[in-house]
Order: sequence, then C-alpha cells, then structure tokens
Amino acid sequence: MFIRSRNGLSHKHVGSLHAPDADMAIKNARDVYTRRSEGISIWVVESEAITASSPDENEPLFAPADDKVYRHPTFYDIPDEVGHM
Amino acid sequence: MDQNLLEYTLRIGDNALILGQRLSEWCGHGPILEQDIALSNIALDHIGQARMLMQYAAEQKGADFTEDKMAFFRDIWEYRNALIVELENGDWAKTICRQFLFDTYNYYFYTALLSSADERLKEIAQKAIKEVSYHAQWSAEWIIRLGDGTEESHQKAQNALNELWEWTGELFEMDAVDEDMISKGIGVDLTQLKKDWNVKVDQILEMATLKRPEDAWMQSGGKQGEHTEYLGYVLAEMQHLPRMYPEANW
Repeated sequence: MFIRSRNGLSHKHVGSLHAPDADMAIKNARDVYTRRSEGISIWVVESEAITASSPDENEPLFAPADDKVYRHPTFYDIPDEVGHM
Repeated sequence: MDQNLLEYTLRIGDNALILGQRLSEWCGHGPILEQDIALSNIALDHIGQARMLMQYAAEQKGADFTEDKMAFFRDIWEYRNALIVELENGDWAKTICRQFLFDTYNYYFYTALLSSADERLKEIAQKAIKEVSYHAQWSAEWIIRLGDGTEESHQKAQNALNELWEWTGELFEMDAVDEDMISKGIGVDLTQLKKDWNVKVDQILEMATLKRPEDAWMQSGGKQGEHTEYLGYVLAEMQHLPRMYPEANW
C-alpha cells in the first residue's frame, strides 16, 4: 500500500494487507490506512510484483556506502522556496 | 412541536443507531483484520449519523431532552427503526447481504434527503451522503465477490438473500407520517426510491450471479414501534450502563 499524504508529496509505502483483488485492496487500504485523514491518493501493488533484494547480499549492496560521508550533500544551504527535496 | 417531524427524525436516526450498534458487535470478530476495521468504521459512521439525528430529535422534544436520553432511555416500543437493521448479524454473508440491501436503500434515501425542505435534515444528509455512498459501494463489491466467488460463498450469499428478502418490503412502506412529510417537501417519496433500488439491486445481483427471491409476504411494523424479539437484546446491551448509572461520565 502506498499513500500520498498531500499534493506535492510522493506516494509512500505504509504497509501491507490482504484482499481478494485490486479494487478491494483499495477499499481495504482506505479503511485501514486513511481513517485518520492520512491520505488523498492510494496505490496498491500486488506483493508478487515486487522484486526484493536478498538479505544475504546486504554486505556487498549496502556496506560500501557506509564510509563515504562525502556523498551526503550536507554542505549546502537549501533555500526555503525549494520546498521538499 | 411537529409530531410527524419528530417521528420522521427518529425513524432515520434509529435506523442509524441500531445498525451501528449491531455492526459494532463485529469489532474484534471480523473474518480478517481488514474487514474487522472496515465494519467498525462503517459502524462508527452510523453512530455519528445517529448522534446528529438524536440531537435534532432531542431539540424538538424540548429542554429536558438530550441525544443520550433519546438513545438510552427509550424502550423497545418507542424505537422507530426498520426491522431489518435489528436482525442478528448471522454469518459474514448475512451481515454483508443486510448491508447491501440496506445501504442501497440508504444511499437513495439520503440522496433524496439532500433536497429536503427541512434545513437540519438537509445538512445532516449533506454530511452523511459521503459515508453512505461508500457503504453502498463497499457492500455491493462484497456481494459480487461472495456471489461470484466459490461454490460455498455463493450458497451462503444466496441463503442470506433468501432469508433477508422478506425484511426489505418495510423499507418502502409509507404511512400518514411519510405522506405528511412528503407533502411538506421534507420527506422522501419511497415509491420512486423503490424503483431506483430495484434497478440497482437487480444489476448487482446479476453481476453476483445471485437469484433475486420472489416478492412474497413482507414483514413490517418497526417504523410504528412493533419490533422483533431481537431489538430487546440490542437495547439491553446498549442501554444497561446508562440505566444503571444515569449520571455516569467518561
């Protein structure tokens, strides 16, 4: 389940649920994840359609980034007008 | 005080209150988490609508009355809901089927109430219609999936439909109160509503591969205060706390 909380923001993954098909998944997501006004748009994706990285590969995939702080652009001041990045 | 308007307000409000109370019995007992939450949401929508209508009814009755007094200190014969909403929930198919039959009625009812000459009822309808539209979509989707699902779900849905059919006639019955409210532009003409309901129900049942039962003898009496044995149990659970401790507060 992916929910867009308001215009201008992207859809964010919020969780998973069971449903017999896509239409009912939207309805279930509406009931489970937007009952406190969390969203204005819902995407649903079948879990089968997701290709996931393997936990066994965490080291080669992610560890090399740990010691490369220079990749974080923390040196820039972002003007307010830019908004969400 | 317009006795007919009060009566009319209570009929709408009691449908919402009793159905909301019935559906809340599913809380924690739904077949899966998603449907447990869905039904609890719907139950709360009905309770919310009931509150607005009970407040309005209490205002009509006078200074001594509150929404809580209307809900908790009226007995069986003072309730004006249609019988179908007080029936036991039964299994999932029966609850869904009752929702489908009632939600479809309720959708057309509130749609018509949007043009009521009574400002308060009109405002309540404007607020409720969004919820009620969703209820009608939701239960229709479920009926299609149960009817056109497995052999077992089809059979259970058909049994539920056959069992509930005799309770649908009352929804469209009109008496002197209805006639008076319609003549004042306040109430809803149920003759037209019944046509819309029939078209929609037939359309969904066809998609659900379910067979519409023959119209035969229909149960009635709820709108005049003559109820089934089930309402007493609903009220006993709903009212026992405020009746034991009338001044109790959260």
